[in-house]
Amino acid sequence: MRLPQVASGPHFHSMFNVPRTMVAVMVCLAPATGFGLYQFGWPAMLLFAVTLAAALVFEVLSLVIAGRPVLPFATDGSALLTGWLVAMTLPPWAPWWVGVLGAFIAIVIGKQVFGGLGQNLFNPAMVARAMLLIALPVPMTQWVAPMGLKDGPGLADALRITFGHAPGYDTMSSASVLGQVQSQLDAGRPMPEILGGMASLHDQFFGLMAGSLGETSALLLLIGGLCLVLLRIIQFVTPLAVLGTIFALSGAAWLIDPDHFVPPLFHLTSGATMLCAFFIATDYVTAPVTTAGRAIYGAGIGALIWVIRVWGSFPEGVAFAVLLMNAVTPLIDTYVRPRIFGRTRSGKPLPLAASAGEKP
Amino acid sequence: MIRFSLSALKSPGTLFSIRGGVHPETRKFLSAGAAIEAMPLPALIRVPLQQHIGAPAAPLVKQGDTVLKGQLIGRARGPVSANLHAPTSGKVIAVGHFPAPHPSGLPVATITLRPDGEDRWGPRLPRLRPEDAAPEEIAARVAEAGIVGMGGATFPAAVKLNLRGKYPLHTLILNAAECEPYLTCDDRLLREHAEEVADGAGIMARALGVARIIVVVESNKPEAASAMRRHNLGMGHPIEVKVVPTQYPMGSEKHLVKAVTGQETPARALTAELGIVVHNAATAHAVHVAVRYGEPLISRVVTVSGRGIARPANVRALIGTPVADLIAHCGGLSGEPEKLLLGGPMMGQPVANLRVPIVKGTNGVLALSPSETHRSAAMPCIRCGTCVQACPCGLTPFELNARIQADDLEGAAEVGLLDCVSCGCCSFICPSNIALVQGFNFAKGRLAEKQARKHQQEETKRLAAARSAREAAIAEAKRAAMAKRKAEMAAKKTREAAEAATQPGGEVVK
Repeated sequence: MRLPQVASGPHFHSMFNVPRTMVAVMVCLAPATGFGLYQFGWPAMLLFAVTLAAALVFEVLSLVIAGRPVLPFATDGSALLTGWLVAMTLPPWAPWWVGVLGAFIAIVIGKQVFGGLGQNLFNPAMVARAMLLIALPVPMTQWVAPMGLKDGPGLADALRITFGHAPGYDTMSSASVLGQVQSQLDAGRPMPEILGGMASLHDQFFGLMAGSLGETSALLLLIGGLCLVLLRIIQFVTPLAVLGTIFALSGAAWLIDPDHFVPPLFHLTSGATMLCAFFIATDYVTAPVTTAGRAIYGAGIGALIWVIRVWGSFPEGVAFAVLLMNAVTPLIDTYVRPRIFGRTRSGKPLPLAASAGEKP
Repeated sequence: MIRFSLSALKSPGTLFSIRGGVHPETRKFLSAGAAIEAMPLPALIRVPLQQHIGAPAAPLVKQGDTVLKGQLIGRARGPVSANLHAPTSGKVIAVGHFPAPHPSGLPVATITLRPDGEDRWGPRLPRLRPEDAAPEEIAARVAEAGIVGMGGATFPAAVKLNLRGKYPLHTLILNAAECEPYLTCDDRLLREHAEEVADGAGIMARALGVARIIVVVESNKPEAASAMRRHNLGMGHPIEVKVVPTQYPMGSEKHLVKAVTGQETPARALTAELGIVVHNAATAHAVHVAVRYGEPLISRVVTVSGRGIARPANVRALIGTPVADLIAHCGGLSGEPEKLLLGGPMMGQPVANLRVPIVKGTNGVLALSPSETHRSAAMPCIRCGTCVQACPCGLTPFELNARIQADDLEGAAEVGLLDCVSCGCCSFICPSNIALVQGFNFAKGRLAEKQARKHQQEETKRLAAARSAREAAIAEAKRAAMAKRKAEMAAKKTREAAEAATQPGGEVVK
């Protein structure tokens, strides 16, 4: 069906369009990314650049194969943002092909196979993250301690780390915070003792510990996320639901049994919690559209993250939590709808007597 | 997308708002400072016979007739229709067809008048003292004067004034929200003629038999609000001035009632069922002029604005003035406009032909430059949900659009297509620039057409069934008559059994 001619209003439009939205998200993501890149040095920058470039190349290739217009879709910024988010979930010193593979999974399998922009059921970056984690358990869990740009490897060494076959640099490898907690809990040590031997909450909040690019500075992610809220690009309800649920569940568990459960603030600042709450769970395409729906969706993600972290076999559960809730999105959208003006929730016209009763 | 401004905290009443809506740049500053000005008589005046919802008026003049200002030239046909009057004195040079002030540009029946330049009044309508007049008399005078809703919907005002008997009315809301960007005609009217508007509101309140009058102004028109506060008596009825947040589509009738009184009109019902009648402020002014001075509706205030207009202004123009004359009066076009509109930018209608006339419902003539329209190519829906947040009717526009694109009109109707008020918030805000409301309008038209066809089919079926029933009844009657005759024949035969040599009568009949 084609519209014969667009004759009716509105005849002007708001400033916002898709590329501007994408650019705004990237700008808000930039501080945390920049800090992460600085912390993990040249190898992280190379991996970041390779992943973004690969995402763009795969996007263009897919568009060509699908016979869709390349220019408007390749320049809408969505592929770049997806690549960016994939890079944020990778171990910063991972070899280049991990980034390329991640970009391929995200763009081709996660997005274009479904029909491109706006059609995918699952968050492409999280699809990539989950598949990589299962397929490549070793490269995906090799974390390095942050050294800063100056103390870390130089460009030449970085090229060898990212593109070489064997690690040519003496890495100070360390486990991620959540991984450490899980393995030590499995070893039967009580929680206060485990926490004592780890990066402090303060370090976690500012991003001074091992982890993927996007798991570093909770503070900068929080600032970027709040900017998105202020720009009205995302609704505050989603991050609030995610963080609130994690906080409530982990807080309750911690109060009951502080020896076996991680304190709530630890959950909020560690891992990809902040990245998820502000940048992943708020992904337009894969989240419900109504405010109430987003609250349910965010709460589901928060609960699943906590459940997976506490009882799952993986130390971090963001990707799986998001993918599971993505699958529920159509259901939420079907049942959680706004009330139509002048009608009850069930779709019947409002009863006249009830509304006329409250005469001013 | 509910936005609270700090200034709203000072007057908590303005915190009441409606769900959804958008905040487009209003750009009212372009013409808000310009006082209402008169314009010279145009060379030609074209009065379309249909300027209102309902049946077109029947022309009372023919080519070559001389008419005086205010003379009745078109008579209302049917209960929902409106009279037409000559906007000035002159000669009727044609009663024929002329392109409509409508995007289609289709020819519509139009009376073309060449003004004689003398602007001579004919006999005015007899004056009426509304204080003594019966409500019916006032409504009749409003009907006589050809007054229609001047906010753009152009529903004959008298029909709405006659709702008194049918519903228990208690409140008249005067809509001066003027939520459409650019338009300032109601703002200026309130600032400069608040007393007349207040009187008109009082007259309407008398006709409706209500005691409470509320004038609603958006918060971006403080001068208009304070002018109305100075003239807060209409025919002895106190007038409340209510300032509502600046938010589109605040001026939509049912949403306005919700924002002002907190009452939500049930779907498919009239606000009158809640006891509330909404009229436009300009309509009140027209009622005042018609009742107090006996002058029919022959002119209105039009905002001529947009970056494409050299000198944006508010003009009191005669109904039927060509758009070209209005634009020329305002300094002409500065450059080629991207859009030329009658009405506001959200719900106005584009016109291709500058010679079309303005009508009773035309509140603005806008020439928009490309820098104002922000148009870009449509992209696929990214399910951002902005349209859902913005829809003041609680619909899910992206879903409606998907169903309409899949040609599933019934499915679209199921999720509320017919509850859409076509305000255009969804299309305005959509980051992918999808023509949402345009598609809805199209689908509503298709649906109406389908239903009309279905109705026709059912009607045909009903008539066919009635006809066959009728035919069956006739056949039955015939058979009965025949049987009776047969029986008579048989009786006759038995009587004449003696001479039974002839053929049996029954077969003859067969």
